[in-house]
Amino acid sequence: MLDRLQELKDEAITKVKEAGSLNELRDIRVTYLGKKGPITEVLKGMGKLPAEERPKVGQMANEVREAVASLIAERETRLEEEALTAKLQKESIDITLPGRPVNKGSRHPLTSVIETIEDIFIGMGFTVAEGPEVETDYYNFESLNLPKDHPARDMQDTFFITNELLLRTQTSPVQTRTMEKHEGRGPVKIICPGKVYRRDEDDATHSHQFMQIEGLLVDENIRMSDLKGIFEQFVKRYFGENREIRLRPSYFPFTEPSAELDVSCAICGGKGCRTCKQTGWIEVLGSGMVHPNVLRMSGFDPEKYTGFAFGMGVERFAMLKYGVDDIRHFYTNDTRFLSQFTRV
Amino acid sequence: MLVSYKWLKDYIEIDDLTPQEIAEKLTRSGVEVDIVHEMNQGVKNIVVGKVLECEKHPEADKLNLCKVDIGEEEPVQIVCGAANVGADQFVVVAKVGARLPGGMKIKRAKLRGQVSEGMICSLQELGFEGKVVAKEFSEGIFNFPTEIAPGTDALGLLNLDDQVLELDLTANRADCLSLIGTAYEIAAILGRDVKLPEVTEIKETKEKGSDYVSVRVEATEDNPYYGAIMIKDVTIAPSPLWLQTKLMASGIRPINNVVDITNFVLLEYGQPLHAFDYERFGSKEVLVRRAKDEEKMTTLDDVDRTLSSDYLAITNGTVPVALAGVMGGADSEVSEDTKTILLEAAYFKGTTIRKASRELGLRSDASSRFEKGVDPSRVKKAGLRAATMIAELAGGTVLSEVVEHNNLDVTPKEITITLDKINGVLGTSITNTEVNDILHKLQFDFEEDNNQYKVSVPTRRQDVQIQVDIVEEVGRLYGYNNIPTTLPNTATTPGGLTSVQANKRKVRRFLENVGLHEAVSYSLTTTEKESHFKDEGGYRVKVASPMSEERSTLRTTLLPHLLDALSHNKNRNILNVNLYEMGSVFSTEEQTVTKQPEETTYISGAIMGLWHEHSWQGEKKPVDFYVLKGMVEGLLAQLNVIDKAEFIQGEGKGFHPGRTAKLLVNGVEIGILGQLHPSVAKEWSLTEVYMFEINLHRLLMEEVEAIRYTPIPRYPAMDRDIALVVDEGVQAGVVESLIKEFGGQLITRVALFDLYQGEHLEKGKKSLAFSLRYQDPEKTLTEEEVTKVHEAVLNGLEEKIGAKLRS
Repeated sequence: MLDRLQELKDEAITKVKEAGSLNELRDIRVTYLGKKGPITEVLKGMGKLPAEERPKVGQMANEVREAVASLIAERETRLEEEALTAKLQKESIDITLPGRPVNKGSRHPLTSVIETIEDIFIGMGFTVAEGPEVETDYYNFESLNLPKDHPARDMQDTFFITNELLLRTQTSPVQTRTMEKHEGRGPVKIICPGKVYRRDEDDATHSHQFMQIEGLLVDENIRMSDLKGIFEQFVKRYFGENREIRLRPSYFPFTEPSAELDVSCAICGGKGCRTCKQTGWIEVLGSGMVHPNVLRMSGFDPEKYTGFAFGMGVERFAMLKYGVDDIRHFYTNDTRFLSQFTRV
Repeated sequence: MLVSYKWLKDYIEIDDLTPQEIAEKLTRSGVEVDIVHEMNQGVKNIVVGKVLECEKHPEADKLNLCKVDIGEEEPVQIVCGAANVGADQFVVVAKVGARLPGGMKIKRAKLRGQVSEGMICSLQELGFEGKVVAKEFSEGIFNFPTEIAPGTDALGLLNLDDQVLELDLTANRADCLSLIGTAYEIAAILGRDVKLPEVTEIKETKEKGSDYVSVRVEATEDNPYYGAIMIKDVTIAPSPLWLQTKLMASGIRPINNVVDITNFVLLEYGQPLHAFDYERFGSKEVLVRRAKDEEKMTTLDDVDRTLSSDYLAITNGTVPVALAGVMGGADSEVSEDTKTILLEAAYFKGTTIRKASRELGLRSDASSRFEKGVDPSRVKKAGLRAATMIAELAGGTVLSEVVEHNNLDVTPKEITITLDKINGVLGTSITNTEVNDILHKLQFDFEEDNNQYKVSVPTRRQDVQIQVDIVEEVGRLYGYNNIPTTLPNTATTPGGLTSVQANKRKVRRFLENVGLHEAVSYSLTTTEKESHFKDEGGYRVKVASPMSEERSTLRTTLLPHLLDALSHNKNRNILNVNLYEMGSVFSTEEQTVTKQPEETTYISGAIMGLWHEHSWQGEKKPVDFYVLKGMVEGLLAQLNVIDKAEFIQGEGKGFHPGRTAKLLVNGVEIGILGQLHPSVAKEWSLTEVYMFEINLHRLLMEEVEAIRYTPIPRYPAMDRDIALVVDEGVQAGVVESLIKEFGGQLITRVALFDLYQGEHLEKGKKSLAFSLRYQDPEKTLTEEEVTKVHEAVLNGLEEKIGAKLRS
């Protein structure tokens, strides 16, 4: 009987090893381990055996049964794995096919420049002030030390609506509007971004509508050296750590002393190239110490308060930053242009 | 202002510096030099030639054969095509081997069988701009005004070895609108002296100026000084070469000796002068008065002008003979036959001159100086300088005594300032020795006592008026680069955005992220473009004198320019375009605008083409109303106002009547969304476009509740789906709100998941399938409880809108 069991075991093992599918294994299980299978048969015939042999045979029969069962299980796992592998193999896809596109819009480069600059100044304790685009002659000119017949008005050819109303030519009127609200008490620390308008024919470098950012800091004991300090911080954060600044004397009716701010050219590192017209420097903004007349007209005592103001052209900053060569691109809204700024 | 380097040397020692070095120094201290022009643009080997003989070319009508002495052993034969060439002329010859601008090389040539050994040149061929070439030579070759030895190098004679600094002057630095002023500026930078031309008083003559003319000024405020100098027996002729070349280098065309001298002094002193032909003046009296309205005169440029009482006129007592400070009159112009000159040296008030010049669109070298303010101390001096030169170069006699009206204040401005003030504004620690040195260099008189300064500003510097002007002078000559870098000692202030500003950024981020590109367009538009969306009736804000009709009116809607952008893209074959713009629109209640218009921030978007395209998987979704609406809903959710918002079927000018919704927030209409009306789309050559426009200002005014956490439900929800058959006119939104109404608090979600119309349904009906979620935050709902409410919902719907469950 023991021999018979050994025989059955060997037979089953061979069959399990040869089994190529889960179905075959199922059959093998039924055949050998089922209620009507040969092992059960052997066990049934155990009654005929002498009592002392019974445990032996019983034990062996159980061992055979377990061995076969575990082998089947093992084989089953293996076949399942193979089947799964085969199935997955079949399911493989071409991952180089394009993914389902997600719509991605973009921020206008001018907005992007404005927000970047706002954030730099917000970090230095400035707030953002805004004002109307249709201004009065008073705020746009007179309060900025530009009386009606001032020759410097020629610097800005104006779209007048009436004698007293106009499209603002600069964001500077926001300065005086904000100072008035402070009722003669400092500090005033604002930057003012916005659209401005001048009677220029639109071409590659001129636009009848463009954007400016104005900045103003008024308090007791504000010095021109502070203006240099703030600019240095700003330039290094906006243009990069290794950029240098220089101030050149200039003239604006609402500041005295006045200065242009130049930044060392990023293209050539200051050696001189086409971008900086061989000078090594790029003019980026106009600035100066707020003119006493402006302070006075806005309700600040120029004996007590000083301040500095600056104004920059947003398009110019965008052109420098992104290498845009024609100002009209900013206003044409060609999506081939706009979509290049998806990453900003 | 063009400043000749060679000419400048007459007034200041600068031989040790190149024009480029001077340009750099000027620029760095505040007088910007745009460019240094090379007068010589590559000309080499040109000499003076004397035309010995000149006859017609035997083979060509328009050519001349000239025998020219160019200082060599034998004269050379040159074929010349200029009509004005003739024997005995002294001309410029480009010899064989010479170079002209543009790299042109002169070779021995044969022209129609005749040898030509060189070229007789016009000034234009030598690189002069046509506008500075004297009229008589503008169509032909140049003649030297005097005899010059043939063979003499012509480069220097024509001033082609000069370099010219082009100053880009700011409005305050009118003092640099002259050679002497520029010399003072350079002197201040270098610490050198200025050499002024010698001006002598007029020699006593028997006849006096006052025998010929009297001066009467009515408009004393506009004209505080008027000086008339009489010069008799002048001979009008071309100016000497040195004078002509100086003017040409400065961009001024030589005319004749007298006019050229007035221009020379204008450039030298910055003081405009005017020479009248006395015989044609028409009287013996100069009367300066305001012009009369509608008074007429013809200016030197032969244009008939209509004057106004805002302008100042020089009259002969009856009619205007010059538009004061702007331009002389044609009737009294100096001509070849002029014998007696009435020379005007005057000071006119800037604002008056500016007004006339601007209104007439007539800007002259004179007006641009007067309007910025000339040096009052130099007016008479300039007149005397010119008179002396006229006597010298045009052979006249200057009659003694300047006939004048003089009410001019020439006292220097006095400014007191302390060293502390200077250092306080600049943030420097400049010493009084340094300040003294700078004031010396500027040639400002001053007294210093214990760091207290009393500065007396020369009248040539009209821009220096108050303390900070002195601070600037000191600062710029001390060097802005030497000012230290500090940070302000102000109180710390919290920077940041207001909530409206922050929310505007939020709106931008949302729209960028749902796939819209931000557009920026012009605020100026046309009423015609807007008429597609706005009724004709409303008032508009218009620019007084627009540059073009295209940019004449301030926009009241952002939509037309977004459509312009769509059409721009479409014309370039970009068919899927999604744009938004945030910007101001302008409205007024007034027919004639007197107050600032209302400026309101709008947010608008426009989409066309495919919203989603994923071709290889066969997905293609064109834009439609619901894409647009989803976007607007998302935006409202982002701003936390979606619960207060409502979309109602509506109409809007320019919109498709059946596919348009009005957006209401808290019951107030603040926006519109829908399909662009097909006939309006056609106007822009577009087809199917969807767009929205929302009053963002209003939207951001809504009070928004702060985010408060709601506990996550602990008890299970029960979902029941229902398919309802309703009349096709019943709006899904209405059904949805009815479900919520009848279901009460137990219904936590209603979602439409199917809309069906067609077969299997009665005509005029449609089926709407909703998924309803029942949930009680306090307990698990029983089947019975849900059924009870569900029944109520179904009954309610049937009663209210006749909805039946679809079988």
